[in-house]
Amino acid sequence: MNRDIVVIGGGPAGLAAAIAAYDAGCKNVLVVERESEAGGVLKQCIHSGFGLTRFGENLTGPEYAHRFLAEAEKRGIEILKNTFVTGLSAQKEVTCMNESGIFRIRAKAVILAMGCRERSKGALNIAGTRPAGLLSAGTAQKYVNIKGLLPGKRVVILGSGDIGLIMARRLTLEGAKVLCVCEIMPHSSGLRRNIAQCLDDFGIPLYLSHTIVEIEGDTRASGVTVAAVDENKNPVPGTEKHFDCDTVLFSVGLIPENELTKRAGLRLDGRTKGAFVDGDRETQIEGIFACGNVLHVHDLVDFVSEEAEIAGRAAAAYVRGGEKQKELIPAECGENVSYILPQSVNKKESGAQKLFFRVKRALKNAVIEAETGAGTKVFRRIAVAPGEMENIVLSAEELVNAQKVKISVRGEQR
Amino acid sequence: MRELICIECPRGCRLLAEKTENGVNVTGNFCPKGKAYAQAELTEPRRVLTSTVRAKDCMVPVKTDRPVKKELIFALMQKIRGAKLLKNAEIGDIIIENIDGEGTNLVAAAPYTAEK
Amino acid sequence: MFDVAVIGAGVIGAMIARELARYDLRVAVLEKEADAAAGASRANSGIVHAGFDAAEGSLKAKFNVEGNRLMAGVCEELGVEYKNNGSVVLAFGKEQEGTLHTLLRRGEANGVKGLKILSREELFEREPNASRNATAALFAPTGGIVCPYGLTFAALGNAMDNGAEFFPDFELVRAEKGDTLRLFSADGREIEAKYAVNCAGAGAAKIARLFGDTSFTIGARKGEYILLDSAADGLVKSTVFTVPTAAGKGVLVTPTVDQNVLIGPTSVEENTFETSIRRAAFAELISKAKAMCENIPFGETITSFAGVRAYCDRHDFILEESAAAPLFNAAGIESPGLTSAPAIGRYVAEKTAARLGAKRKENFSPKRKSYFFFRKLSDEKKNEIIAADPDFGKIVCRCESVTLGEILYALRANPPARTIDGVKLRTRAGMGRCQSGFCQPSVLETICKERGIGPLEVTKNGKHSEIIAGGEI
Repeated sequence: MNRDIVVIGGGPAGLAAAIAAYDAGCKNVLVVERESEAGGVLKQCIHSGFGLTRFGENLTGPEYAHRFLAEAEKRGIEILKNTFVTGLSAQKEVTCMNESGIFRIRAKAVILAMGCRERSKGALNIAGTRPAGLLSAGTAQKYVNIKGLLPGKRVVILGSGDIGLIMARRLTLEGAKVLCVCEIMPHSSGLRRNIAQCLDDFGIPLYLSHTIVEIEGDTRASGVTVAAVDENKNPVPGTEKHFDCDTVLFSVGLIPENELTKRAGLRLDGRTKGAFVDGDRETQIEGIFACGNVLHVHDLVDFVSEEAEIAGRAAAAYVRGGEKQKELIPAECGENVSYILPQSVNKKESGAQKLFFRVKRALKNAVIEAETGAGTKVFRRIAVAPGEMENIVLSAEELVNAQKVKISVRGEQR
Repeated sequence: MRELICIECPRGCRLLAEKTENGVNVTGNFCPKGKAYAQAELTEPRRVLTSTVRAKDCMVPVKTDRPVKKELIFALMQKIRGAKLLKNAEIGDIIIENIDGEGTNLVAAAPYTAEK
Repeated sequence: MFDVAVIGAGVIGAMIARELARYDLRVAVLEKEADAAAGASRANSGIVHAGFDAAEGSLKAKFNVEGNRLMAGVCEELGVEYKNNGSVVLAFGKEQEGTLHTLLRRGEANGVKGLKILSREELFEREPNASRNATAALFAPTGGIVCPYGLTFAALGNAMDNGAEFFPDFELVRAEKGDTLRLFSADGREIEAKYAVNCAGAGAAKIARLFGDTSFTIGARKGEYILLDSAADGLVKSTVFTVPTAAGKGVLVTPTVDQNVLIGPTSVEENTFETSIRRAAFAELISKAKAMCENIPFGETITSFAGVRAYCDRHDFILEESAAAPLFNAAGIESPGLTSAPAIGRYVAEKTAARLGAKRKENFSPKRKSYFFFRKLSDEKKNEIIAADPDFGKIVCRCESVTLGEILYALRANPPARTIDGVKLRTRAGMGRCQSGFCQPSVLETICKERGIGPLEVTKNGKHSEIIAGGEI
């Protein structure tokens, strides 16, 4: 089988990329989706808050997904469902497996849109037992919202990631008692609004600089011991609190699913855990693009769609005209910046460039400096936080003589 | 004086709101939505409620088509749990009409096709 | 009426049952837990020891070397993953180098083939990530690795395929001796047998007492482990040990047959057989492993677990007919018990068959069909299987590439999986980097469909371990 573009993954990133590629003139595009329905994790994100940036509307996850599914359907974009991509070569040969067997698709361009997975409890080295009732927040979300099953009645949540916060509210609404959310960092890793509407609304305490030090229960979880941690994240003796619970949810971070990316021979950026890309979201292998959470974990799907459209358009242009001449300059992380995406910035041909980045710690009255070697542009924010992705836009003029883009953030401790 | 986090958008503005004789005084808001939110929080807080209703072979996501009174949320959850979706639905189709007695409808947030 | 009741479905019980199934005997296997391999057989290092460690003339030495010799063939017949990856024992300094020579001599006396002392350079050539502080090593080419629970399921399954019957959730609480043995479970079931074999691991002394045998006691030693994702594959080729001390063989760093890296065990004397992990365990494991190997990617840790080894006060295996017959004790089978299992199985079966005057069956089939290797098959072979059964084209566990076909096979083949852990241990679904985050709801649903039960009845590993504790919405 031959295709101009194969998009791996039919979640929000894959759908938006396929639609953008189609609209840019590349009609021979195939989306390969492992589940029986496209839409990705949005299918289980039944809460609202999606699409405010993109559509100016407050949509639920399924509604947001269906906007894109409808657009894909309107264009007749083929989505190959129940199909698992098992291999990807640097020559853009995609190996797939489904009920009909194993087969290969030769693509002119490939867009990686596999999304991310949750960091598991196993990575946390928590003492105690390993009973039933320990699950990731996303798994709990699937049980509740897709399967209609409530995992437990008394719940402690470790980690203040957005999925954990959303599940605190969801489980409470369905009749469970959420005893607390513990966060090992001194700041929440989720959005402030989710603390307000998911925890504060229901009187659920958030313990910052706290972690679970021990899990109890032989068959089903029966309790946890929680302790405060010092600045090195070590538990402080004497601060232990005990909670009787039958369930522990873990919302301790998301990791891009890059097994295929590695198989193609691409190196990953240790900071984003995704591929290195330029402003077109093209990876270090010509004709392989990446977008969405497989590239770096976003907090808002609206930006996933935006990024996917960049990749989709660029992939279509690549199929049409081959690799274009690019002049790339590095994006460098300055003070308080943990990563910047893209890792290299296209200097000329693309006009204005939007750079996404995360800060290392929470600051207020933040001053963002973008140093290009040809000048420094300053941006201001009332507040920045690691859990909230920032972006700045540099115009074509600001980039024309640039040798690099170094972003630094300074501000007052929050 | 109450400190609030605006939930209207991901920006999450930190608001200071105070009840005065002629309404609610709000500072810290980036846009008018924040002001409206803070005013509502101090007088009659409201939320969009999302949940699922059971269909024959799956759960179907639903939401209220406008914010409902916060104090009603658990009562409305009872009604939602009691509902069952028996026929096909498109996004926006009413599942429970006037769920809060104030004219708010519970609507489907995803299409549902009853299996054959 | 059974001829033999095998009490305990760990690797020893499973192997004994399989060997008994070669004879014209009706065999029952009684297991306290919901599944086989529920105790030490589930949580151990998975090492096929060469046999240089056990004292000369001990049963441990005899059965270790014999079991090592049999292991590859048994795994081949049963479709179990086994790898002859070799073992190295690191020495740090002159004194420990002396111990290597002691081990070498002891090993040779035990009949271990091919033992060799490696220089520092030879060691690094074989194991580039061995600690730079190591000064020499003992290399045992016959050392290997095996999946311990895989071996247990396969041996029991093969026994069942040849007529043995498996009784999970059968906690033996009373044994009445008369013309025959009457064995009663905690939930009121009864089984009659002529003879019993006690291979109850941690519970062996308790079982012996039910028959009136108080000749030994069993102690508990807990071992904690951490497991690294297959992304760490290649860190070490061989199983890496340090020289043994009075406390045992110490922490080892080893590849597993599933391309993970396993670090452990600690050694903690316990009064109970509970398997919780101490808070101090992690720092201990990490520092000990770092002293043995360079470049360990601890960031790839995917889980941690503990197992309890049952040892007896004689500090050697007990493999003898009890004075309180009709009972045979196969007890105190601590390390190298896994390695010894094939040889112990044969020995106990021969003794039992002789006692009962049983003859060999003609129609015993030693082979077992296995799909556990599906992800390792060639595309052509996979396509053949998918063409015959499309369920093998549906991946359920994305981290370990486990298909629906394999899961259904695990739920149907002997001994059928009944729980989430049962499926996990048989297929690896849920054992990868996401630790069942994505696949558990699908596995749960498959168990429901296949067993005709509701979602609230599905357990992690038996009674009181329901996955869903909050009911249906």
